[in-house]
Amino acid sequence: MTDRVIDARGLRKSFGETLAVDDLSLTVGAGEIFGFLGPNGAGKTTSIKILLALVTPDEGEGEVLGAPIGSREARARVGFLPEHCRFHESLTARELVRFHGRLHGLRGQALETRIDRLLSRVDMLDAADRPLRGYSKGMLQRAGLAQALVHDPRLVFLDEPTSGLDPLGRLLVRDILGELRSNGVSVFLNSHLLGEVEATCDRVAFVKQGRVVHQLTLGAALPSFEVEIRAVPFDPPVLEGLARFGTVVERPADDRVRLRVAGDAVLPEVSAWLVGHGVQLYELRGRRKSLEEWFVDVMGDDQRPG
Amino acid sequence: MNMPAFLTVAHLTLYDARRRKILSAAALCGGLFLAVFWVISLLVAREMRANPPSFIERQVTLALLALLGLYAANFLSVLLASLLPVDALSGEIDSGVMQTLASKPVRRSEIVLGKWLGFGAVIVIYFLVLALGVLSATRWMAGYQQLNIAIAIPLMLLELLVMHTISIAGGTRLGTVTNGIMTIGFYGAAWIGGWVEQLGTVVGIQSARMAGVLVSLFSPADSMWRLAAYYLQPDIVRSLGNAGPFAGGSVPSAMMVWWALGFTAAALAFALYSFRNRQL
Repeated sequence: MTDRVIDARGLRKSFGETLAVDDLSLTVGAGEIFGFLGPNGAGKTTSIKILLALVTPDEGEGEVLGAPIGSREARARVGFLPEHCRFHESLTARELVRFHGRLHGLRGQALETRIDRLLSRVDMLDAADRPLRGYSKGMLQRAGLAQALVHDPRLVFLDEPTSGLDPLGRLLVRDILGELRSNGVSVFLNSHLLGEVEATCDRVAFVKQGRVVHQLTLGAALPSFEVEIRAVPFDPPVLEGLARFGTVVERPADDRVRLRVAGDAVLPEVSAWLVGHGVQLYELRGRRKSLEEWFVDVMGDDQRPG
Repeated sequence: MNMPAFLTVAHLTLYDARRRKILSAAALCGGLFLAVFWVISLLVAREMRANPPSFIERQVTLALLALLGLYAANFLSVLLASLLPVDALSGEIDSGVMQTLASKPVRRSEIVLGKWLGFGAVIVIYFLVLALGVLSATRWMAGYQQLNIAIAIPLMLLELLVMHTISIAGGTRLGTVTNGIMTIGFYGAAWIGGWVEQLGTVVGIQSARMAGVLVSLFSPADSMWRLAAYYLQPDIVRSLGNAGPFAGGSVPSAMMVWWALGFTAAALAFALYSFRNRQL
């Protein structure tokens, strides 16, 4: 038994000349809410499709919930809310959830009770018996979320789950994600709404041109405060000494170090320690870095449109 | 015990077709056709009672009337079999509906079989209702007893099965409109091939007859109708044979039935294989 719900290694997928996913390797832990971030066309949706067996990778392998990627065993314990929320529009929300519950082998009163509970949880009980064709995008997303959860999955893939929701709807989804985490359910979240991701995810991976280029742990230990130090020399004893204040995350140049610290309270201590150890300090700048800034930095200017 | 996934998919297919008013539209058109045919049968029967023809004239007229009705029922059903499933897979792939379905713990083959079974049931019931309506009209109003129904009806059902399976198979690879064009073209090829074969036989042009036979091998749907039509006709009508949809000039062999069955099985196998490897 593993505590990894996703363990993908070297996944690769091309469509003709277009390389959609290139050597994608990632892991997601049990009970973790994992954000998958990247610009349009980075291969995020294709990656999710590979993990759900909707697309066959050209290369690579891996496991989902301990079973080979694409196996029925894995899919039996996975929930999925697709990006565009397209379902059979002639169905009502109740029928949609019931039908997908049946595909998971659920039947009878237990299924009906669960349908009522889920539709109530996503605040769709009032509209539950109306055809989906009359729903707004936000309503479709909430109904789709109910269908994704009907079988008590251990891992849920959500592709842009809040893009059509109003602020209250987003709060609802955020609460549901919190409940899933507290129940030990893992969530693989693909979203462009970085504020939502920052508020809900434990960890994020940045994907660029089909490849994971950076990963970041968020949550209580959010690496949100960084100190950029310009000083000389940054020899090994100095770098080791700085480790007592935080984590050295980057050395953009010989005379620069970016240090991740708990907060701005340590700035005077860092300054005093450097000066006390004979380091010539030219600049010490602390700032809180948002996920959006992380995103822009990691992706680089070449990914900016226009 | 859990219901097999393909039956759940078949149930959804039927349910969705009903909700989209596809079944209502089919029932309405079928009902309209039967109403027209019943009125025509009633008029023919009344005329025959008023001016009784000879026995042979009566039998020929009623046999042709029943044959005409079955031809129309068969043709309408062929259109339904070709067009009803045309977006069963392609439409759901294009719209993204299939992504949610295929991410469930079901085999791709179960999705294809469920669609095939669901729409197949609609097509079979539709045709049987129309055919029984035609046969009952000529039976009750004019007292005509149709020959060889037990042979002809399964042959026509096999024709529908060929078209239905071709439409499903095309939907695993082609877009909805393309699949519709291809499926109708497939039937059109069979239809014109049948005419060419008849014409070649009647006027004695062997190359035309062979061309028709080859087209029937490529597209065996229409040959099932021609074989059914042969069995439905009394000898006196067969002896009138000339080129046309009822003609008995060139009768497909019994081997053609096996060919059509094998063709359908191969098309279904292709659909299962193709959809299993389809990137969604």
